[in-house]
Amino acid sequence: MSQVAEQEPTTADAESYDGLRLRNVTKSFGAFKAVDDLDLDVPSGSFIALLGPSGCGKTTTLRMVAGLETPTAGSITLGGQDITYAKPYQRPVNTVFQSYALFPHLDIYENVAFGLRRRKSKEVDTAVRDMLELVELTSQARKKPAQLSGGQQQRVALARALINKPEVLLLDEPLGALDLKLRRSMQLEIKRIQTEVGLTFVHVTHDQEEAMTMADTVAVMNAGVVEQMGAPADLYENPQSTFVANFLGQSNLIEGTIQNRGGDVVTVDMHGIGVSVPTERCHADSDKGWVGIRPEKVLIGAPGEELDAPGNTIPGGVVTDVSFVGVSTQYLVRMPWGQELSVFQQNTGRHTSFVPGDKVELSWRPEYAFLLDFSQDASAGAQKVDAE
Amino acid sequence: MSTMTSSRTTSYKPGSAAGRWIRHHLVLILGLLVLVYTFVPIFVVVLMSFNDPASRLIYRFDGFTLHNWLNPCEAEGMCSALRTSVEIGFLATLGSTVLGTLIAFALVRHQFVGRSSMNLLIFLPMASPEIVLGSSLLALFVAAGFGGQLGFWTILIAHVMFCLSFVVVTVRARLAGLDDNLEQAAMDLYATEAQTFRRVTLPLVFPGILGAALLSFSLSFDDFIITNLNAGNTTTFPMYVWGVAQRGVPMQVNVVGTVMFLISIAIVVGAELNRRRQEKALV
Repeated sequence: MSQVAEQEPTTADAESYDGLRLRNVTKSFGAFKAVDDLDLDVPSGSFIALLGPSGCGKTTTLRMVAGLETPTAGSITLGGQDITYAKPYQRPVNTVFQSYALFPHLDIYENVAFGLRRRKSKEVDTAVRDMLELVELTSQARKKPAQLSGGQQQRVALARALINKPEVLLLDEPLGALDLKLRRSMQLEIKRIQTEVGLTFVHVTHDQEEAMTMADTVAVMNAGVVEQMGAPADLYENPQSTFVANFLGQSNLIEGTIQNRGGDVVTVDMHGIGVSVPTERCHADSDKGWVGIRPEKVLIGAPGEELDAPGNTIPGGVVTDVSFVGVSTQYLVRMPWGQELSVFQQNTGRHTSFVPGDKVELSWRPEYAFLLDFSQDASAGAQKVDAE
Repeated sequence: MSTMTSSRTTSYKPGSAAGRWIRHHLVLILGLLVLVYTFVPIFVVVLMSFNDPASRLIYRFDGFTLHNWLNPCEAEGMCSALRTSVEIGFLATLGSTVLGTLIAFALVRHQFVGRSSMNLLIFLPMASPEIVLGSSLLALFVAAGFGGQLGFWTILIAHVMFCLSFVVVTVRARLAGLDDNLEQAAMDLYATEAQTFRRVTLPLVFPGILGAALLSFSLSFDDFIITNLNAGNTTTFPMYVWGVAQRGVPMQVNVVGTVMFLISIAIVVGAELNRRRQEKALV
């Protein structure tokens, strides 16, 4: 899955790379750096999502690839060709705009045919009919955009871009204006179309669930740089920064002191309790670090209860809040050192449920924990998830 | 039951059937009266275009004739004045629409020094009294040494000047409401700058330009004060009417008035029908 090159510039010749490659790309608006020395490789045929909060530079990156913004510095190559300063109409890239930007004076057929007509294509009619069929809008061909529903307009925007068979299709938060149910079905629809046509898709979104559902590779962006890039499961299970840990799902981050770095595991002293973290999940350089664990990986039990985890049990927790959300019950547990940890317990029916005030013990399997550098802000990226 | 019926009857005010009908239709009646008030002068113009006057000095309907309609140019000097007005109207419309559209694009699409003051200054000709514009323009022409050449061209220059503001304001409003994502989308779909303008920008701004052109023509055709000050020996239609009004207006003037009225009505009705047709297509 992680066929994507690492972020440090490779020595390989840019000319030989057949995908989309951004090197040292910077875009400044006055003193503000929207995109800061960004490197990104998108292999041909892959589906990549740029995920990040608003203002992180993801849309600016997309617009630079489309040619709608000119980079302040750096280069963009596509299939070995430098397109950094090419006009939007000179590059084999098409965009699905957030607002769709359908031409209100043209009907659906002419909207979809627009790109082919500009390029003097011979087979306009056949291509348009095939494309309308693909997005199931054949019966709407002669209507104006204003007559269609939001979901239908979205499909027209997609068809209008796809019909040109671009080397890269850019999607700028294309599902943002749709309601939740429609958004879920369009996510699967776009994924299906991408598999069918086999083009390179670059998708910009602030919705982490959308990014993980649709893309093979997710690049998490923050403050103009890519924080981490990889397959959705890798990113989720093994985040390398507090921002990724908090922005992609939720994480408990607990302060700890590293005691031993030998062998397969790193042992950490966490408020007097020894825990171990696999070495490949350790991203802390100094002596201190944040021990990270996802709420659904934390096991909860009454004092003395046998928990299905080989590691140490952490005693002394008190339940402060319980919310029942159907598939799971979410607890907030205050630990002896004052921090509240969150715990999600599946409602399998095997467990007793707790009420606020109950004394509990927590534990987790050591292989699920990760360790992050202590210099990072433990709350980075956390707020945005709640807002979603 | 009895209390209910009694309360129901008291909710109606007593009165005759006619009084009740008037109360229910009061707004309609007032509206119709206002319409009559507005249309009586126009009705008189239409009526007088069929008048067969007994005397030039008494403005009175004396008998029905088609003579005025069949011989519109019989009134001396009227048709040449009318032709001058129409020519100036067309040229002023063309000039002010082209220049005004360019200014509107510059104001909305480009950043340049003096843009915000330009946005303000463009309102000035609309806000100034015509007599001030006309006399200062005359002073300017005379000072520049064109005092002896007042006529067709000075009128045209004056008309382009005061129509320009209206064109800029109308086109600018249309252009400002245009989503600039549309032009970016066109460029993204392989349209060059020129193709984007022709295929996307122009069709979407065109209703604004057309409206501005119609407005310009009617402003130009109608203008008397500025024209009169800068006309020299040239006579436009409004100046002709003003001149003959002192000696008795020939009935042919009413023919022109009626025709102008019918043309305006045709344009308004045509635009409305077109709008309804498009709206119907949207349902």
